[in-house]
Amino acid sequence: MTTTTPLGAPAPAGERPLAAAPPGRSRRRGPGLLFVLPFAVPFVLFLVWPVVQGLWMSLTDSSLALRDTSFVGFDNYAEAFGDPDVWSSLGNTVFFTAVSSVPLVLVALVMALLVHSGLAGQWVWRLSFFVPYLLPVTVVTLIWTWLYQPDVGLGNELLGALGLEPVGWLSDESVAMWSVAALTVWWTVGFNFLLYLAALQSLPTTYDEAAALDGAGAWRRLWSVTLPQLRRTTVLVAMLQILASLKVFDQIYILTKGGPNGSTRPLLEYVYDVGFTGYRLGYASAVSYVFFALVIVVSLAQLRLFRQED
Amino acid sequence: MSTTATPVRTRRRPPRDSAGSPLLLGHGRLPRVLAGTALTVLAAVWLVPFLWAVATSLQSEQDVSKPGLSPFKGAFTLSAYEQILERGNVLLWAANSFLVAGLVTLITVAISTLAAYGFSRGTFRGRRVLMAVTVAAVMVPPQLLVVPLFEQMLTFNLVDTYAAVILPQVVAPMMVFILKRFFDGIPGELEDAARLDGASEVRVFWSVVLPLSRPIVAAVSIFVFIGAWNNFLWPFIVTNDPGLMTLPVGLATVKDAFGIQYAQAMASALLAALPLVVVFLLFQRRIVSSVATTGLGGS
Repeated sequence: MTTTTPLGAPAPAGERPLAAAPPGRSRRRGPGLLFVLPFAVPFVLFLVWPVVQGLWMSLTDSSLALRDTSFVGFDNYAEAFGDPDVWSSLGNTVFFTAVSSVPLVLVALVMALLVHSGLAGQWVWRLSFFVPYLLPVTVVTLIWTWLYQPDVGLGNELLGALGLEPVGWLSDESVAMWSVAALTVWWTVGFNFLLYLAALQSLPTTYDEAAALDGAGAWRRLWSVTLPQLRRTTVLVAMLQILASLKVFDQIYILTKGGPNGSTRPLLEYVYDVGFTGYRLGYASAVSYVFFALVIVVSLAQLRLFRQED
Repeated sequence: MSTTATPVRTRRRPPRDSAGSPLLLGHGRLPRVLAGTALTVLAAVWLVPFLWAVATSLQSEQDVSKPGLSPFKGAFTLSAYEQILERGNVLLWAANSFLVAGLVTLITVAISTLAAYGFSRGTFRGRRVLMAVTVAAVMVPPQLLVVPLFEQMLTFNLVDTYAAVILPQVVAPMMVFILKRFFDGIPGELEDAARLDGASEVRVFWSVVLPLSRPIVAAVSIFVFIGAWNNFLWPFIVTNDPGLMTLPVGLATVKDAFGIQYAQAMASALLAALPLVVVFLLFQRRIVSSVATTGLGGS
């Protein structure tokens, strides 16, 4: 048994010395390609191939309505950059990302800090904050359509009770995106909350205890001990959140179909509208690759920032 | 238990497992009261939409449309639920959701675990390239694939089939990545010992590796299931037949048909929400720790 120790070298390096193979075995054993194939086949078929196919389609005038497809070069891309609807829907996506990401990180942090402070009723708090995350998007939008109902919805009833004018939550162009962002914060903050809670629970308590012994008060220790220790977590949560927010589509599509007057239509809904309602698959692909490029740029920028943090 | 004389006795220390830090609030009474108040207000804000929906679903449509802040404006009735269940769609869609999410989870976890183990321990050619492509694929937004995937399904004549709903969802590069990282971290001695004893590679995987990996496999399963249960865009695009729709898709198609029937809308929403909420109540601890284990992998 002991003669085989070299075989136990950590696998990630991947280069276990062949010479150490036990006598009588012709070659070093290990899981073969067959282990990977059941994943690799659907991976190539349903991910790699569509990515390539989509890129190709973006260079054609492919359409759901026409059978003939011809190569058009970069025409679709040229059209996309001159298309005011691309720019306005991109603007909506960026606006949504800004107004949803900030509260999604900050509220999650406040929730986690409060729950972590050890007040009784842990499971009640976790349940209230996390359960919305488990709801299908349609359930969330059904509930919030009712809350935002203009005449007897809870939102306007509350405003009325405070003596304020009713608001067109989903019908007022200047309000609708904020309403969508509020729904999104309610729906998904629970995930970030759990990430923060897990981070808090894994922090060493020694610094906190030392600061307490030195007479630092609760606020002081929060600002100078706990929050600095959460820095990496915050960067991570913010990175994931920005990428998730950029991909917004489902809740907006069900809630407002992008309205009123296109004021909530995100870029990905424009892709959907052009491709499946307007039948222009080639152009829709081009717009979605512009979006993909944006996602890659944001990811790489974030990665650089993250590395600098270390 | 600490015996420090503080005004709020039993709240001083939570039971060990909740792992709160009593230090965070210090010994004063004020921070404790403030924190408790803030927590209560936040939880209330998060629960009110639910409670409001529950109250609405338990009244008649006429009572629901009366103005006023009171959650109950009339008599209690289950008629909204009766009407929803009579129509039958919701139950059918729930069954479809269970079928789809269950199969997606089963297949995804099986092929991802095998592949991750292969990537972690294998020495076959092309392993590094394939792994690198898999890691890069994590960046691809699923929405990017929708148009070409739909074309592909048209070509294969698979539109409006369970296969079309399920198959593209079983590719989860992030889960392969998470599992590989886990396998990389466990030592290979046990496996090599089993190999020396003549166990086949499949046997080694099944009897040695899998038992060691239960927590991570459970975590990945939970996330894949939640994701598949809630997935909207792809099933929405590839199914037109109401008999094949999953809950999120089916409800979206009838959302506008509810019109002003908010009691029924809320009843159907709550019925659709029920399964995962029950799952959460049953596996709360496991789900919470899953988020911590898989961290990046959640959404």
